[in-house]
Amino acid sequence: MARETAPAGTRTDATGGTADLLRVENLSVEFPSPSGGWQTTVQDVSFSLKPGGSMALVGESGSGKTVTSIAVMGLTGATGGRIASGRIVFDGVDLTAGTQKQWRDLRGPGMGMIFQQPIRSLNPAYTVGDQIAESVRKHLGMNRKQARARAVEMLDMVQIPRAAQRIDDYPHAFSGGMCQRVMIAMVMACNPRLLIADEPTTALDVTVQERILELLRDLQEQTGVALLFVSHDLAVVAELCRDVVVMYAGEVAENAPSEQLFFHPRHPYTSGLIGSIPKPGLSTDRRLRAIPGGIPAPGAWPHGCRFSSRCEFAVPGRCDVAHPGLVRLDGAAEHHARCVRAAELSLDGVTV
Amino acid sequence: MSANQTPSAPAPGNDSGLAEVPAAAIGTGEPEPVAAPGILKSIVRRPATIAAGVFLLVLTFIAIFAPALAPYDPDVQNLLLRLRPPNAEHWLGTDDYGRDVLSRLIFGARVSLWAALQAAAVALVLGLPLGMIAGYRGGWVDAILTRIMDALMSAPSLVLAITIVAVLGAGITNAMLAIGLVMAPRFFRVARAGTMDVRHETYIEASIALGCSTLRIAVRHVLPNVLPPIILVISVSLGTAVAAEASLSFLGLGVQAPAASWGSMLSTASSNMRLAPYLVWPPGVMIFLAVLAFTYVGDGVRRALVRTRSGN
Repeated sequence: MARETAPAGTRTDATGGTADLLRVENLSVEFPSPSGGWQTTVQDVSFSLKPGGSMALVGESGSGKTVTSIAVMGLTGATGGRIASGRIVFDGVDLTAGTQKQWRDLRGPGMGMIFQQPIRSLNPAYTVGDQIAESVRKHLGMNRKQARARAVEMLDMVQIPRAAQRIDDYPHAFSGGMCQRVMIAMVMACNPRLLIADEPTTALDVTVQERILELLRDLQEQTGVALLFVSHDLAVVAELCRDVVVMYAGEVAENAPSEQLFFHPRHPYTSGLIGSIPKPGLSTDRRLRAIPGGIPAPGAWPHGCRFSSRCEFAVPGRCDVAHPGLVRLDGAAEHHARCVRAAELSLDGVTV
Repeated sequence: MSANQTPSAPAPGNDSGLAEVPAAAIGTGEPEPVAAPGILKSIVRRPATIAAGVFLLVLTFIAIFAPALAPYDPDVQNLLLRLRPPNAEHWLGTDDYGRDVLSRLIFGARVSLWAALQAAAVALVLGLPLGMIAGYRGGWVDAILTRIMDALMSAPSLVLAITIVAVLGAGITNAMLAIGLVMAPRFFRVARAGTMDVRHETYIEASIALGCSTLRIAVRHVLPNVLPPIILVISVSLGTAVAAEASLSFLGLGVQAPAASWGSMLSTASSNMRLAPYLVWPPGVMIFLAVLAFTYVGDGVRRALVRTRSGN
């Protein structure tokens, strides 16, 4: 399943490197607040993704990671919010400046999305084959027969056994993991260049989760699709993604290649997340580290550093005064952290 | 949410560790029936619904082939044979102009059914899309449309229809336009509720994420959820429309002489009540039976829907 379009679609920028497939620049998203007016939920988020690359958006519930991914899909309006500022550039085209139609035409052949609850993402009234065929017929202009063949091919590709027979089954005859495979087949049938996966394995149990991750990895190798993976599960991210963006309270807290981030975190929040991954067998009497408190709601963000109230390294007078910017750290390429003490702290990463 | 979304299948919500494999095995089994066949089966089991359905089919057949079936021309007068009681030549007798009542009844079926169809079609065309728009869009669009429909619904329907006919002029088409308008809120409400039911389902969101247009989503994913209850409303509305047409024609606002409808025949009969009491029966019974049949079919559809939706 080599993808024909990938080399042609890849552009080269002035510096000679491959241009970004997706570039999010200073994105801010607002939602109507209950008290009237607009409430910022995502603020000044920037990141970029190369063709065929893989990036994770990580954070607790309410950190704005899903809002960010929805914005990339151009569905902010459909969920009641609006993009207040910033740009979303896909394959060199600024989508925020374009029309809704331009964005809609990209959904499917350009970018696709899979969701957290695979079973609810499929219409119970149609067979899975019908639903895969629908997107193919719409976007690739195939006739009924071709679309059906394509649907079988896709089910096969996502490793559903006996694809030719199962194609006429309704979604309720599939387990959660199988439904997620069907969703992936549906999205991948149109040859998208970017796949956004919004916590695709959260609703699944661990063994199934592992297989879905394997599948995503295989698909990336086979088709060269870029992956934007949204998750709160660092362990999953570590296996799958090359780069990680850690989000906290609607903004980027830290941003680095995953190895760098996991072994040498520079933001206390990242370190805290890593510390709270349970490690079986190491020391059974060790208490699991937890970050105290909860994520502040939009509108209740602290004045200085938004993490300062929960941070064990916070220094009164420094951390709660001014809002820190995202700084590029010395010595490490592509490593950014939003912490005034990033340079002086020595934080725990993954211990082997 | 309706049972539609959670079919009776082996609860797939949370996989057991081995779920992937058995799920594949289950697939060989009999495919569970979807909504439609279940509804049909359920309807078939009810004799009253069957009888009503057969009656309506026969009625439709009679209406379509009226010219071939009627023994006489319904409008030809024979003043020598005025107000004859039923006899061998005229099975249901003759009216005050000596016209054959059976022939008029047969042609009247045509007018009544066609009129009811028109009214229901007007109501459907107005109510269904507007209801879906209101349900899908929500917000101020929904608020405005719902207010308008509520206002329509709060007006007494026959009086409103009489007013509309008074403005547009008497005649069967105008009368049915009026009845259709008055019945539109029923369709609107059912379509709106059915749309809101599925509006925030993840599979709708997934379709948007796949680049489907709103129209496509409406037709493919929303309409199937809205349609079954709409079929019920159509059936009940047809019954109402038959009665409404008869009322308006009885008052002289519907079908115009010499054309026959059951309502206008009833009107003729009522003015000759003393001389020919038998004239009241044919149109009266037909109106009664037609309305009853439509209601029974509607009731059958409703029961079938409730049964299939509640899991069995």
